[in-house]
Amino acid sequence: MNYLYFLYIEFLAKHNIPQMFGDITFYVIPCCIIFVAILIVILALVLFERKLLGWFTQRKGPNRVGLWGILQTVADALKLLCKENVTPNGADKFIFNLAPILIFVPVLILLGLIPYSSEFTFMNFQTNLLIYVILATMPVLSILLAGWASNNKYSLIGAIRNVAQILAYELPVAFTVLSIIVLASSINLTQITLAQSSQLGVLGWFCFPCVIGFIIMFICFLAETNRCPFDLPEAESELIAGYNTEYSGMRFAMFYLSEYAMLFANSLLFSVLFLGGYLSPLGKYLSPMLFTGSLGGIMIYFEQAFWLLLKSFVVIFIMIWVRATLPRMASFDLLKFSWTILLPISILNLFIMVILKYFMMGGVYA
Amino acid sequence: MNVIVTSIDYILNWSRANSLWPLTFATSCCGIEMMQTVASNNDIARFGSEVFRGSPRQADLLICAGTITHKMAPALLRLYEQMPEPKYVIAMGACTCGGGMFNETSYSVVNGIDKIIPVDIYLPMCPPKPESLLDAIRKLQKEIKNESISKRHEFMENHTPKLKEYCGLLVDNDFTVTKIGV
Repeated sequence: MNYLYFLYIEFLAKHNIPQMFGDITFYVIPCCIIFVAILIVILALVLFERKLLGWFTQRKGPNRVGLWGILQTVADALKLLCKENVTPNGADKFIFNLAPILIFVPVLILLGLIPYSSEFTFMNFQTNLLIYVILATMPVLSILLAGWASNNKYSLIGAIRNVAQILAYELPVAFTVLSIIVLASSINLTQITLAQSSQLGVLGWFCFPCVIGFIIMFICFLAETNRCPFDLPEAESELIAGYNTEYSGMRFAMFYLSEYAMLFANSLLFSVLFLGGYLSPLGKYLSPMLFTGSLGGIMIYFEQAFWLLLKSFVVIFIMIWVRATLPRMASFDLLKFSWTILLPISILNLFIMVILKYFMMGGVYA
Repeated sequence: MNVIVTSIDYILNWSRANSLWPLTFATSCCGIEMMQTVASNNDIARFGSEVFRGSPRQADLLICAGTITHKMAPALLRLYEQMPEPKYVIAMGACTCGGGMFNETSYSVVNGIDKIIPVDIYLPMCPPKPESLLDAIRKLQKEIKNESISKRHEFMENHTPKLKEYCGLLVDNDFTVTKIGV
């Protein structure tokens, strides 16, 4: 980030703009980038999912709006924006309107904590990973608010199911994250990424030594983002639409979008923890070969961001694949699966990682 | 002024026509044909309408697939009233268009849902093929593209249920439907 800051100040100095302007705007720019980028990515993700679900079930998917249907989600967003907002008579009006706004805030902060390239993290704290794990449980609070304020039995049951699910699946996540912290000896996400770079290339990624944690984390992320087969809070056949039953128009769109933003943030974290983050899977970066001179030095950051996004999109692709394949679990089985199977295995995984770290000290994972 | 109105109309109508999210509402055999329309041979997703919503708060289109009995009529009316503006209705199947084979002969069937709620597109046949449902959706899209925000009042008047005309039903402001003595 320091490097980018000096580049920016230097650029402004060339055009005779005072440094104070640069000092102020430098921290505004990342916020603007994140807001625009997140909207584009979410719209693309929804379309990606609808297209893929179509192809998995031998359909064509949306293909009439724009070229190959790429404007389909734009049309959906515009329609939801201009639709009537209904507030039910029996609802707690203040909390009912507050919940969809609150749900978006923690998700935006989460996206700022991810290291997109070696110099580009919006908020690079020493304890990035810890802050992420804490904030990732925040959206469930606004879901509970929404379910309670709607004054609707289906909303309330959906919200309660979601809270139970998050409580059950947060512990295996915490233990798996601990095992990663043991391997990398750091709680900073950039440090964790760097700990995965080694002479072995791809084999240095944490998905190989910590393969049990890799699988547990994937299952837990499916559950935390309410994806199939764990989409109980929104189970259509039982609960109409779960916690957002009473929401219409833009308020519903906020829930819908934050769900996909959370999916994106979680897949980014997943790639950082297990798939080497912004490291190139080829062992070395391509941009110094493709671009000569100082351009290669800047393009390397874009290349790192490209690798990270590619990895996270592969993770999302597998999540959609799982959704197209598996049926929904029963509510009780879901909790039983977490408390009796995932939690003991994740604690076992932590012990294995500690032993591995102890014996391989000075080796690959020094 | 006209330029602004027409350009806003164009964008709004384009978005509304291309993302008609139907309500999951099927009362009898036409529902099977509606399911077939979503499945792989006749893919409704091509027109952006595969997002079937369970909650009427998030739906734009009520495809009334199947016979409506007098007992179901209040439920249909309530579902229609729960949908937020703008909302559209396709009456699918002969029963919903005018009673079909139950017309004048059955004691329990509503002879056409337009006695309860306003209908945009009538789709007769018993039951309609998936292709005809797709055709109905295309026709509805064309109709939506001719709307204008300057004629919104007319549209709202046309889309208010004609409650008083339906025999035996009384609806108060809280959408509670009570049957008064016949």
